[in-house]
Amino acid sequence: MGAYVARRLFFSIFVLWGAVSVIFLVLRLVPGDPALILLGPDANPSQIAALRERMGLDEPMLVQYAIYMRDVVQLDFGTSFRFGTDAMQHVLDHVPNSAQLALTSVGLALVIGFPLGIIAALKANSVVDRIISVFSLATQSLPNFWVGIVFILVFARGLQILPSYGQGTWQHLVLPSITLALPFLAILVRLTRSGLLEVIHEGYVQTARAKGLRERVVIFPHALRNALIPVVTVIGLQFGALLGGAVIVETVFAWPGVGRVLIESISHRDYGVVQAAILLIAAIFVFTNLVVDLLYGYLDPRVRLAG
Amino acid sequence: MSDVVSDLTRPTAPATPPPRKTGGKRPGSGRIRFSATVVSIYVFAALFGPWLVRYDAVATSTPDRLLPPGSRLSDGSLAIFGTDDVGRDLLAQILQGARISIAVGVATLLLAGIIGVTIGVSAGYFGGWLDGVLMRLADIQLTFPSILLAIFIAALLGPSVVNVVIVLAISNWVTFARVARAQVLSTKGRDFVDATRTLGARTWHLIRRCILPACIAPILVVATVEIGSVILAEASLSFLGLGTPTSTPSWGVTISNGRNYLSDAWWISTIPGIALAVLVVSFGILGDALRDRFDPKLKNL
Repeated sequence: MGAYVARRLFFSIFVLWGAVSVIFLVLRLVPGDPALILLGPDANPSQIAALRERMGLDEPMLVQYAIYMRDVVQLDFGTSFRFGTDAMQHVLDHVPNSAQLALTSVGLALVIGFPLGIIAALKANSVVDRIISVFSLATQSLPNFWVGIVFILVFARGLQILPSYGQGTWQHLVLPSITLALPFLAILVRLTRSGLLEVIHEGYVQTARAKGLRERVVIFPHALRNALIPVVTVIGLQFGALLGGAVIVETVFAWPGVGRVLIESISHRDYGVVQAAILLIAAIFVFTNLVVDLLYGYLDPRVRLAG
Repeated sequence: MSDVVSDLTRPTAPATPPPRKTGGKRPGSGRIRFSATVVSIYVFAALFGPWLVRYDAVATSTPDRLLPPGSRLSDGSLAIFGTDDVGRDLLAQILQGARISIAVGVATLLLAGIIGVTIGVSAGYFGGWLDGVLMRLADIQLTFPSILLAIFIAALLGPSVVNVVIVLAISNWVTFARVARAQVLSTKGRDFVDATRTLGARTWHLIRRCILPACIAPILVVATVEIGSVILAEASLSFLGLGTPTSTPSWGVTISNGRNYLSDAWWISTIPGIALAVLVVSFGILGDALRDRFDPKLKNL
């Protein structure tokens, strides 16, 4: 197990290094002076000269890369030219808000998605199953920025029972978290259903039935545990889509999270903050996948032996 | 990591055959017919709609501002879907938007397909260290949320139709590469390939005449599955102000414009959203049905 954890950890660090390098490369491939791009159009010449010197733009590319990596390792993304504060700190200040939204959404999706998926699998090809699968196909394909707008129209403008934007009470959390949860929920339903259907005819499930166990015991501890294995992986992979979706949902509902900071910084060309936000989201995503991989090894011991 | 994952998600025991649907001789006939019809209507509307209902990007008509669906305009014509904040007909905007969405979707898939197939075929055919490097690259990109990459690149490049295509192609090539590679691996050991090689065919000839034709069917299926999400991604980027420029009437831009008028004019944001959702759902159904019929094993890629 120790070697398995070490290998996964190594791969995660490797991916993060890849992300940092891509950001470095893209910044230099795009036409224009990286120092000017990072500081934005309002920077004065002395600031630009200072950053050029710190970034070592007159040095060879490899030296520049080394300097860049050194700063990134120290979580130094420069200062936000809009606020004059540390760029990473500015992003970190908004993490609790994003975490609140993301965790509520994941919770909602799990609480609703699993039961719906299990019902759909147990009653496969019935009317209930059809309704659930149409529902999940629709919610997966609906653009979530549009769903958010429709929610605002119906519940905030029409019925006037929920606030349409901002943050504060639990009511503020309702619309954004449901909007963010929907596509995730849909995938969860489809996966739980297909995962359960795949194992339900396997020998060990039939053995459990033949032993005379009650259906509840057959399904929950026996079938579900193996049905969950693919579901767990996809939850990890889908977490990235959730973080991307959060950027959009936070914009629609003016939710003061990392996603909104990202979009605002882009429109103000505050690229230090943009880099910090992207790397932070990437790091959270990679870390989540690491946890999922480890969980996976716990759920399915074959992974540890094979990998 | 991908090897482990794909090994496990692939069913180990033979899966029970899916129950046959009624209303079609082969599985999914009904779904294919239905969704293909909807998609054709969209393509038709995108091609010919803007000729029938003229859209003028710079026209403004103050008396026709924010008219609800079904109103008469000041020049006597009927605005089925109403007008926007400067008095432009919403139907004309949506038709123009269909053109942009479908064009961006197709262009993106062409570019992503070319990049992906080139990389996938090289990796699969030549193998060795090239395969290792290219597929690790694909793994890394797969572990990284693609919308974030798109947002970052789009933010630096600035909004334009060409940039959207580049950005989305960069974030979508991996699926094509993996499918092409898998197809190459299963084809290159076949007898007819060996026979052709024995007859003296060069590498280029083998790839072009033996390997690539085997890739076409699965690649087309993948393209159909992907196009819905590409169109959705374009709309999302445009909504955020990072996709098509605000002067183009793409669906994302129109929906974003309508946000400022939610209390007075609900239709500006809602109707283009419905148009977008129906198209994406139809592509989703079509892609799933084609995959189930032609290549069920693609499900895990």
